[in-house]
Amino acid sequence: MRGADYVIKRAAFAIATIFVAVTLNFILFRLLPGTAVTNLSRVPHATPALRHALEVEFGLDKPKWQQYVIYLQNLFRGNWGISFANQQPVWSNLKTDLANTIPMVLLGTVVSIIVGMATGIISAWRRGTKLDQVSTNIAIAFYAFPTQWLALVILILFASYLPSHGMSNDFLINPTPWEHFKDVMSHMILPSLTIALTLYGEYTLIVRSAMLETLGEDYVLTARAKGLPQRTIVRRYALRNAMLPTTTLIALSLGYIVAGAILVEAVFSWPGIGLAVYDAIEARDYPMLQGAFLILTVSVVFFNFVADLLYFRLDPRITE
Amino acid sequence: MSQAIQAVETENLSLPPPKKRGNWFWEIIKGSTQAKIGLGVILFFTILGIFAPWIEPYSVHQQSGAVFCAPSAKHWLGCDDGGIDMVSLLIQGGRISLVVGFCATFVAMVLGGGIGIIAGYFGGGTDITLMRITDYFLVIPDVPLMIVLATLFGARLSIIILVIGILLWTGTARIIRAEVKSLRERVYVKRATSLGSSNRRIIFRHILPQVGPLLIANTVLTVAIAIFDETALSFLGLGDPTAITWGKIIEFGFLRTAVSAGAWWAIVPAGICVALVIMGCYWLGQAIEDALNPRLKVAHLSPRTFRLRPLVGRGSDAI
Repeated sequence: MRGADYVIKRAAFAIATIFVAVTLNFILFRLLPGTAVTNLSRVPHATPALRHALEVEFGLDKPKWQQYVIYLQNLFRGNWGISFANQQPVWSNLKTDLANTIPMVLLGTVVSIIVGMATGIISAWRRGTKLDQVSTNIAIAFYAFPTQWLALVILILFASYLPSHGMSNDFLINPTPWEHFKDVMSHMILPSLTIALTLYGEYTLIVRSAMLETLGEDYVLTARAKGLPQRTIVRRYALRNAMLPTTTLIALSLGYIVAGAILVEAVFSWPGIGLAVYDAIEARDYPMLQGAFLILTVSVVFFNFVADLLYFRLDPRITE
Repeated sequence: MSQAIQAVETENLSLPPPKKRGNWFWEIIKGSTQAKIGLGVILFFTILGIFAPWIEPYSVHQQSGAVFCAPSAKHWLGCDDGGIDMVSLLIQGGRISLVVGFCATFVAMVLGGGIGIIAGYFGGGTDITLMRITDYFLVIPDVPLMIVLATLFGARLSIIILVIGILLWTGTARIIRAEVKSLRERVYVKRATSLGSSNRRIIFRHILPQVGPLLIANTVLTVAIAIFDETALSFLGLGDPTAITWGKIIEFGFLRTAVSAGAWWAIVPAGICVALVIMGCYWLGQAIEDALNPRLKVAHLSPRTFRLRPLVGRGSDAI
């Protein structure tokens, strides 16, 4: 029963946070000088009557709270406004962008989790040795490199061997599905590699510290006293318990990956949500920016919620 | 094995508790190579920044070499797309980047420290309200929000500083609040209250000096994030167009075809400078935190504020 309480409480918090973000979105974009009508009514022979008619059409004559209610209703109906840049509905723009971002980010993330866990475990196991020092300091360095800088360095190093721009080769005429797949995958390598490298450092540090924590526990000492081999101690005793903070932290950081992809996609022109944000900033395309901000926030909140649930599943003690 | 454990025990116990105020900082620096290197890196770039106008070999506003000229004895790191010396640009860029980092951190510390102390000290309704607000801000991703704010309110250095500062206070507020909550229950605070000290006096005389070290450890780590965020904002074209920062140098390298011109020297050194400062901050902040509280467990809070937990023991066989 208490478990259900916990889940409901976390779900309520997640929904409330999304609500706060939505409200922030509404307020921030209305703090700008001028309204949507200011620009439209700037035509020859515009009269105050025209301006007023436009305001009525856009619902700007209504009080602010009523505008807010209408804004919320529209959000739920999938009406997120029209992009200034290409006159398409924001939601349909973002839908395709999101579908492009997810595979690229996912590939990089999976690679970084595997590599980061391996190096983290080895570092903790051999802590204090040269190997640990070197591996940890490399991890800190990759944690410290600016994302866009790392992307550019990879571009300088590999651009002559692998496609560096966009998602597919436009000059491939009538490709078979297999050819198309190969083409997209080869375009995906460099941006995914960048994402993997930026995350790898973080994951190494997380796994290493979680492992060190459990390696200091009494049950590990008991296992050693029983004369169990090191490999068993690390795998069966330390690693299993270290997975608890590790999984939740990884789930938490997944939410930030979509936001982190902004810089990577800008460098490699990967047509995803990050590039959409970059272009929207350049063109001051506010409806797109608003929509993208909402998606990025919702993804973070969602993964936060997933982390809470995982934590509950892995460690039922937290309800006590 | 038993020796190792013993060594660990004495090592942990012999951590010097901060006895005299003001002295603790040097104790930590003296006791850790990591802290020394970290402080050294930060000081190096700070001094370079302060004396930038006298150190710069060339002017950053005048052409002094060929476009994208390669590194040579005359220009150690070559020139950028306008024939401006890269070493001078890096020194000048470090100056502004550090100013942004320090000022934004100052804003974040005043906000986060203030909110943390008020919430922790007064407790009750104030605490609940402030921590709720903090919870929401902790979850809302800061980089997208920074982008929105910077896009809406314009690209000026002061705005960038404010935007970064306003979004980095949440982690600090939480950590400080937890510390203040426990400090408030100490006997000397109760005594001061019974002697009729005002809340303000207790906060400034008794609480603030106690949370000072923790606040400074946090400050150092926040400087790293602030500089990191500045490069991201600059790269997205949201930096101050008139200021030269490390972020701007990377942005210009990208926009002005340094990559296709093969001019790695216009991009690579700037990123290494950023990484060095961030690593310096990380090492120093880590060392202070470890020394202050070996059991400080902030690792679960959020990936943005995660830190390495201290080593349980050292030596290869000290499992």
